[in-house]
Amino acid sequence: MRQWKKRIYSFILILISLVHLVPFYILLTMAFKEKADLSSKWLFPGYLYLDNFKNAWQSANLGRAFINNIIITVLATLCIILLSSMAAYPLSRRKTKLNTFIYTAIISCMIVPALTILVPLYKIMADVGGISTYWGIIAVHVTFMLPLSTFLYTGFIGTIPRELDEAALIDGKSRLGVFYTIIFPLLKPITATVIILCGVNVWNDYQYSVFFLQSTDMKPITVSLNSFFSMYQSQVNWLAAGCLMASVPLIIAFLLLQKQFVKGLSSGAVKL
Amino acid sequence: MKIQPKALLPCIPGFERGMLMRLKKMLNSKGIVNIMYIPVILLFVSFIIYPLIKGIGISMTNWNGYSDASTYIGLENYRKMFADRNFFLIIKNTLIYGIGSAVLENVVGLLYAVLLDKKSKAVGFARTAIYLPVIVAPLIMGYIWYFMFEPIGGAVNDILIAMGLESVDLLTKGTTTVWIITFINSYQYVGIAMMIYLAGLQTIPADYQEAAKIDGASSFQNFVYVKIPLLLPSITVNVVTNLIGSLKLFDIIVAMTNGGPGYSTQSLSTMMYQLYFGKQDAGYAAAMGIFMFCSIAVISVAVLLWFRKREVDA
Repeated sequence: MRQWKKRIYSFILILISLVHLVPFYILLTMAFKEKADLSSKWLFPGYLYLDNFKNAWQSANLGRAFINNIIITVLATLCIILLSSMAAYPLSRRKTKLNTFIYTAIISCMIVPALTILVPLYKIMADVGGISTYWGIIAVHVTFMLPLSTFLYTGFIGTIPRELDEAALIDGKSRLGVFYTIIFPLLKPITATVIILCGVNVWNDYQYSVFFLQSTDMKPITVSLNSFFSMYQSQVNWLAAGCLMASVPLIIAFLLLQKQFVKGLSSGAVKL
Repeated sequence: MKIQPKALLPCIPGFERGMLMRLKKMLNSKGIVNIMYIPVILLFVSFIIYPLIKGIGISMTNWNGYSDASTYIGLENYRKMFADRNFFLIIKNTLIYGIGSAVLENVVGLLYAVLLDKKSKAVGFARTAIYLPVIVAPLIMGYIWYFMFEPIGGAVNDILIAMGLESVDLLTKGTTTVWIITFINSYQYVGIAMMIYLAGLQTIPADYQEAAKIDGASSFQNFVYVKIPLLLPSITVNVVTNLIGSLKLFDIIVAMTNGGPGYSTQSLSTMMYQLYFGKQDAGYAAAMGIFMFCSIAVISVAVLLWFRKREVDA
C-alpha cells in the first residue's frame, strides 16, 4: 500500500515537471529545425541546423540588442541600489511624522501600474528629449522599481541595531560616513535580492521599452524580437532561435544561483 | 604623477578658502543624511505625480499624440468610452485576465506547495521546473505558446490530430482565447505563488497539526481548518499582487494575438497602446489610462482590506 502511494506521488511529480518543461522543449526542437522540415514540433530533428541562430542574430539585430540590454540593466540596477538604499536610511532610522508620510506615499505607489500613465509620461519624455535614449528608459525603470526596493531596504535597515551607528558616530565618523562605510556593507544580502529582482525585470521588460525605445539602434532584445517577427511572420524557426538566445543568460544564472533567485523574485510579492 | 584633487580647487572660478570647510561641514551635518530621500521624491514627482495630473488634462482634449495643437473637449472622451460597445468587451477581458489569473495561480500554487512540502531530490527538481518559466520574458513565453497553438503545425493541434480529432485554431476563439491567455499567464507565474506558500507552510508550528491529528482530524480537515487559516497572510499577499500584475497584462497578449481578431482578446492596456500609436487618439488613450488607474486602485485596495479583515478574525 505504502509502495503504491509512493509510486503515485513520484508519477505526479514527474508529470508536473514535464508539463512545466514542455515549452522549453518545443523551443529547442524549433530552434534547431530547418524551415522546410515540416515534421511535428514534438519531434527533435535528427540534425543540428544552426543557421536559425545566425539568421535571427543578423536580421533581428540581436548583437546591438544584447549590448543595449546589458547597458540598461546594469545602469538601472546600480541607480536603484544607490537611490533606494540612500532613501531607506533616514526613512528607517528617523520615524518622524513627515518621514512616515513620505514612506507611506512611496509604498502606495506600488499599487499604481505604470502602464496607466504611459501616455502623459511619453509626452513628457518627448518634450525633454528622452525618447530612444538610455537615460530616458533608465529613469522610467528606476522610478517604477523604487517603491519595492525602498520598501525592502527600509525593512532590512530596521533590523540593524542602532547602537552600531551610534558607536561609529562617537568614533568621530560623519553621518554620511557611517552610512557608506558601516551600514551599506551590511546591506549585501538585501542588495543581492534587489539586484536579482531588478535584473530580471529590466532584462525581460517589453512594455516600457516598446514605448520609450523606438529607434532601431536602441531597441532591447524583446522589442527587437517583436519587430523582427512582425516583418518575417513565416520565419518562426528564426524567432525560436532568437527567443532561446534571449532567455539563455538568465536561465543559466538562475540554475547557478537558484536559492537567491527564488528569494529575490518572491520578495516581489511583499506584505502590503 | 598623482594630482591631488584639492590642488585643483582654486582653479574653479569663484572659489574661496572657506568653501571647502563649509562643504565638509555640510556633508558632516545631520541634515544631509536626513534628506537623502530627496532624489527619490524628485523622481516620483516628475515621473509619477506630474504625469498623472497631466494625464487627466490630456484625457480632456482631442490631442492626436504628435501635433502641438489640441482642443479642450471636456469629458467627451469618457462619454465616448462608455458609449462604445467594445469597451465593455475589453473590460470583461481585463477582468478575466486579472481575476482568472489570481484564482488559478493561487489554487494551483497552493496545491503545488502542499504537494511539494517535502525534502528530496525529485521534489527539488519539480520545484525548479515549476519555477523556471518565471525567469523567461513574458513576451517570449507568449511566443513559445504561440508556437504551441499555431493553427498550422502547432504543437497542440498535433496532439489533437494524433488523437483523431480535428485541428482547431484556438487563437481566434474569442472568450476561449482570453481564457487560454489567462492560463498561460498563470502557468508562467504559478512558481512565485508556490514558493510563497511553501515559505508560509514552514512557519506553521508542527504542534498545531499534531494536535489536530490527535483530535482525529483527517489530513484534508487538517488542511482546511488548520493550514488555510494560518496561511491567510500569504494568501492576501499572493492574491493582491497577482491581481495587480494580471489586470495590466500586456506582453503575453501582444505575443499571442495582439488583441485580435478584432477586439476579442484586447485588454485595457493593449487597447491603450493601440489607441495611442495605432489610431493616434492620445486623448482617448489617456482617458482609458485614467480609468484603468482608478479601477485598479479601487479593486486592489478593496481586495486587500477584505482579506485583512479575515486575517484579523482568524
